[in-house]
Amino acid sequence: MMRFFHQLASPKYFYRFAGRLIPWLGVLCLGFMLVGLYQGLWVAPTDYQQGDSYRIMFIHVPAAWMSMFVYMVMAGAGAIGLIWHIKLAEIMAISSAHIGASFTFLALITGSIWGKPMWGAWWVWDARLTSELILLFLYLGVIALYNAVEDKRTAARATSILALVGVVNIPIIHYSVEWWNTLHQGPTVTKFDTPSIDLRMLIPLLLMAVAFKLFYAVVVLMRARVEILQRERNSQWVLDLGDST
Amino acid sequence: MTLEEFFNMGGYAPYVWSSYAIALVVLLFNLLSPLLHHRKLLAQLARRAKRARSTQ
Repeated sequence: MMRFFHQLASPKYFYRFAGRLIPWLGVLCLGFMLVGLYQGLWVAPTDYQQGDSYRIMFIHVPAAWMSMFVYMVMAGAGAIGLIWHIKLAEIMAISSAHIGASFTFLALITGSIWGKPMWGAWWVWDARLTSELILLFLYLGVIALYNAVEDKRTAARATSILALVGVVNIPIIHYSVEWWNTLHQGPTVTKFDTPSIDLRMLIPLLLMAVAFKLFYAVVVLMRARVEILQRERNSQWVLDLGDST
Repeated sequence: MTLEEFFNMGGYAPYVWSSYAIALVVLLFNLLSPLLHHRKLLAQLARRAKRARSTQ
């Protein structure tokens, strides 16, 4: 088992292993997404307060959850890279940054589109929305810093530190709806003792959440493979790869 | 629910469908960007290997 993890940390093995894993994860992701969409857009009943506009939730909430989850993965991988100098961890961290930024963007824009008919405004400077916007800037800062430094090992160290400092924003986003009086509604799912949501709405939401997580797994592996090829372009196994095509 | 009701989304069609359309674009971008980049890199590697063979 330990030998497996040890090998997996080597870029060459990881490149092959990820290449085999991606199609399976992709099929699984598509399955969850199609069932989730069917349940969410067709089966789930209309909300008695928000009408059908609430169906935006099935992408807004998974995207927002993922925006925070991916940030924690990025910061965690960055920390592992800093402490143990594992190249693969650095690669996972920077690959996550782009995807996390796009999930954050998606959460913000779908929230905005949902806010217009429900609150009457595209944007309000509410604690939840503002802290999520800061998250987007943190992601963009990480990407910009990584691209600005020529040596990729140095770049990875610098961005990992920035990512770790930004972790402070994650609990702020999560608790913002409890700490401050926000226009954004409070949590309805994470208080599992009495979920204040209809089961026919909860099931598609959870299906979509799983689908988004699988989607992240697929694209982060794809990005990591590209990053590995770029970094290792002068090593023999990559050159052999060109030879065989 | 009829198909018409489905597309109408209780009058919220522009909001709901634009959200889903944007989500689709974001997901597709995430998928295509590494895919195309990967292809380009592999093509570069193949060219390099070919050059190396021809100079030998």
